Amino acid sequence: MSEGCQTAAGGRASSAPLLGGDEEPTLFELSRPGRRAWQLPTTDVPEVPLADLVPADHRRDEPPPLAEVSERDLVAHFTRLSHRQYSVDLGAYPLGSCTMKYNPKMCDTVAGLDGLATVHPAAPARYTQGWLQLLVELEQALCAVTGMAAATLQPAAGAAGELTGLLLMRAWHEQQGRQRRSVIIPDSAHGTNPASVTLGGYRVLTVPSDQRGCVDLRALRQVVDDDVAGIMLTNPNTLGLFERDIAAIADAVHEAGGLLYYDGANLNAIMGVVRPGDMGFDIVHLNLHKTFATPHGGGGPGAGPVAVTSALAPLLPGPRPVLDAESASYSWEQPARSIGPVHSWHGNALVLARALAYALVHGADGLRQVAQLAVLNANWLRVQLGQLFDVAHEEPCMHECVLSAATLRREHGIRAVDVAKGLLDEGFHAPTVAFPLVVEDALMFEPTETESVQTLYALAEACRRVVARAGVEPGAGDLHHAPRRTPVRRVDEAQAARRLIATFDARPGADA
Amino acid sequence: MPGYWPHTEAEIAAMLEFLGLRHIDELFASVPEALRLSGALAMAPGRPEPDVLAHMRSMAAANRTLVCFAGGGAYDHEVPPVTAALAGRSEFVTSYTPYQAEVSQGVLQAVFEFQTLVTRLTGMDVANASLYDGAAALSEAVNLAVGTTGRSTVWVSQGVNPAWRAVLATLASGPHHCLVEIPLVGGQTHWESRGDAGRAAHGDAPGAVVVAYPNYLGCLEDLAEARRLCDRTGALLVVAVDPIAAGILRSAGSWGADVVVGEGQPFGLPLSFGGPYLGLFSCRGEHVRRLPGRLVGETVDSDGRRAYVTTLRTREQDIRREKATSNVCTNQTLMAITAAIQLGWLGSNGLAEVATRCAQGTRYCRERLLALEHVAPLVPAPVVREFAVHLPIDAALAVDRLAEEGLLGGIALGPPYAEDGRGLLVAVTERRTRAEIDRFATAVEKVVR
Ligand SMILES: Cc1ncc(COP(=O)(O)O)c(C=O)c1O
Repeated sequence: MSEGCQTAAGGRASSAPLLGGDEEPTLFELSRPGRRAWQLPTTDVPEVPLADLVPADHRRDEPPPLAEVSERDLVAHFTRLSHRQYSVDLGAYPLGSCTMKYNPKMCDTVAGLDGLATVHPAAPARYTQGWLQLLVELEQALCAVTGMAAATLQPAAGAAGELTGLLLMRAWHEQQGRQRRSVIIPDSAHGTNPASVTLGGYRVLTVPSDQRGCVDLRALRQVVDDDVAGIMLTNPNTLGLFERDIAAIADAVHEAGGLLYYDGANLNAIMGVVRPGDMGFDIVHLNLHKTFATPHGGGGPGAGPVAVTSALAPLLPGPRPVLDAESASYSWEQPARSIGPVHSWHGNALVLARALAYALVHGADGLRQVAQLAVLNANWLRVQLGQLFDVAHEEPCMHECVLSAATLRREHGIRAVDVAKGLLDEGFHAPTVAFPLVVEDALMFEPTETESVQTLYALAEACRRVVARAGVEPGAGDLHHAPRRTPVRRVDEAQAARRLIATFDARPGADA
Repeated sequence: MPGYWPHTEAEIAAMLEFLGLRHIDELFASVPEALRLSGALAMAPGRPEPDVLAHMRSMAAANRTLVCFAGGGAYDHEVPPVTAALAGRSEFVTSYTPYQAEVSQGVLQAVFEFQTLVTRLTGMDVANASLYDGAAALSEAVNLAVGTTGRSTVWVSQGVNPAWRAVLATLASGPHHCLVEIPLVGGQTHWESRGDAGRAAHGDAPGAVVVAYPNYLGCLEDLAEARRLCDRTGALLVVAVDPIAAGILRSAGSWGADVVVGEGQPFGLPLSFGGPYLGLFSCRGEHVRRLPGRLVGETVDSDGRRAYVTTLRTREQDIRREKATSNVCTNQTLMAITAAIQLGWLGSNGLAEVATRCAQGTRYCRERLLALEHVAPLVPAPVVREFAVHLPIDAALAVDRLAEEGLLGGIALGPPYAEDGRGLLVAVTERRTRAEIDRFATAVEKVVR
């Protein structure tokens, strides 16, 4: 045990005050006809009746039926909703694979700069030199971290990056005059990988993990042939383990004429330590919302830039921002054999600006320290939690550790999801549950580097109390009835799917 | 070295000792020596926040702010302080996908309200929790239609935003959809023209017919005709709407659309050099099991209280994997919440008023430009919130010259909209004053001379 780890924990949210147990009405219930919040500027533009502006057969009879609320009620409503929401700013969020680290406030300031936020994406390059410089600087930083030659910043999230990468793979093979039909992914892969493979027009070939939790090299060699376009891997993998055989994997795939795709979701573990390019990868996506601390926004926006080797660079989506050294000015350039654009404009630009600011503050040394401390935290937590849960794999982990509630389930009927709900009562966000699929009742903890040892200790102690509750006789105090201290209690997911109510107007009794 | 980790040197040492390690590098023992980076990353060392902020500010200052008359899917609308303040609440900003519903009711309810607002606007039954942008929403709609009909031929009007069509073409290369572009004649889609060349080359019946309302040139399309075409061919009707114009136009649903997509940026999102924006996606209820991305549903908690949760999850990639309806995971939830706040602020009448003012500004600006010598309408069809004119000079040149006057004059149009490259697409929002429009008209007169 580390000294001093039992003092107050900055990342435990168990003191968050939540008033009352009532439901929050919807905007539609708060609405009263004739109420208003909106105010529009004076423009002196001549008024013309709507009837003269829109032909009758195209015109709405009535304004769209939205909601009519005062500004005061609007603010109260959304403020109360925010109080019903856990967040990184509130406390630790050890959601494995999602890298929910603290998001520096400085980056909010950057994203709010007028000179960035008010620029129209179609403005001529001569008037957007600052934006172009920013994008070029970010591309350079990402290439440095990944060991790649060039990058597109267009993909809006990791999955968009994956599909972009697969289309690059397809274009590259077609350019070599080859038709290949399948892409290999390990059984521990994230669900977006196989889904992207299908959208890329490929068939999924799954390779099993071996006992160590890594790609089974023998099984891999058996499936690699000249119909395989490539392999998608994340390293460290979703079990938090580094694929030690990566060089041999790369050789096997390259020898068969395939390409290696790196799912950068787990890059936080290795920044400054090892680069995907040095492992033999040809195409890399990054999740800037994970590794580069851009906030996840309740489910997005993210950014999923894709970096590639020089051989693939001419295929990248365009146009790309480039620096013309001679004139010292920036402009847009269309790559020679581009697969075409993958975003309406230039990608999630304000997310990219945040990521650059984060990269510059950290620099080469800081990014390396990020990885080191992320791995240190995960291992410290792994040892603590290993006393409470089944350990999926005995070895030290990288940035996340995967445990299993299999014994709890066998002995007490307690599943990973019950452990997760119990943790909510303890003032923590839950880990990722039931992923990766290769581990029975998986609990995947990713503490990230921004949590203190005191928070990790408090989290482990919270887990200890939760596990102790597993033996409690069925009744109000048992884990099946957790959580109890949250704004709502266990939510009935089955009913939601059975009786679909996806809008306010679909509620029983609503006159839709 | 700057950073945001809390560890003291003493704590790092104690943690390593606890793990039985002497040096932090030993944590990486599983990384083969030969692969490890020998030196530092090829980038500068870290710098303190104030230095980095100064650098970012200097880049921001190198972008010149121009009075915006450009649209093309990104519009300079009013973003009130209240929307920015509420959407900036860190509970919304720093949470993630609501996997744990019991501590995510804030995001879930906001998204439920967003879904409701979108369906009320489009006249559809269900809306998802957002997609990346308008182009992504379009591509997903085409995938849904192809999957539903089992037909991979897609007729796409050239009135659909060309940037979205380009993305659609990129993404369609994977599953090999066959995209057939239908030209505009006089500003409206000429479905007939598919007849000769189209039928010969792509004799197959379409799985989807895609049209924009209003279209890229601001013109109103005949959606009744598009619907009849779909009824004849068995295709699904996909309509790309402008969400502001939807405040005064008949809903796409009332015209018989099967899927309605759009770019939600006008609902409270700054121009932001093109992102993060908001892909809007809604459809008829019968397609809900093919809906891409997340969907929030109402249910109850164990005490019987109203609660919200993501639902019909078996469509999604984390469960269905290679058979998922889409690969989307992280979407644009914060933008959806922002849009819900903005629509709450506008309300029914506010949205209609914004749309009306855009149409008034469009009318006034168009008349001012058409009064100039040698400036003509590009197409005759009626327009609502954006319009195209034909200039006597190259439009890209005109845009450059207008920028020197402090104006972002619009988007230069080349083929297929203006073969000679002299088309200019102009957008006027509720923010543009009469004085700005007058100045714009004077500047156009000057630069085309
Ligand atoms: C391992 C892994 N790969 C890919 C993704 C997909 O990234 P995104 O959600 O940004 O699309 C994720 C995260 O969600 C992930 O954890």
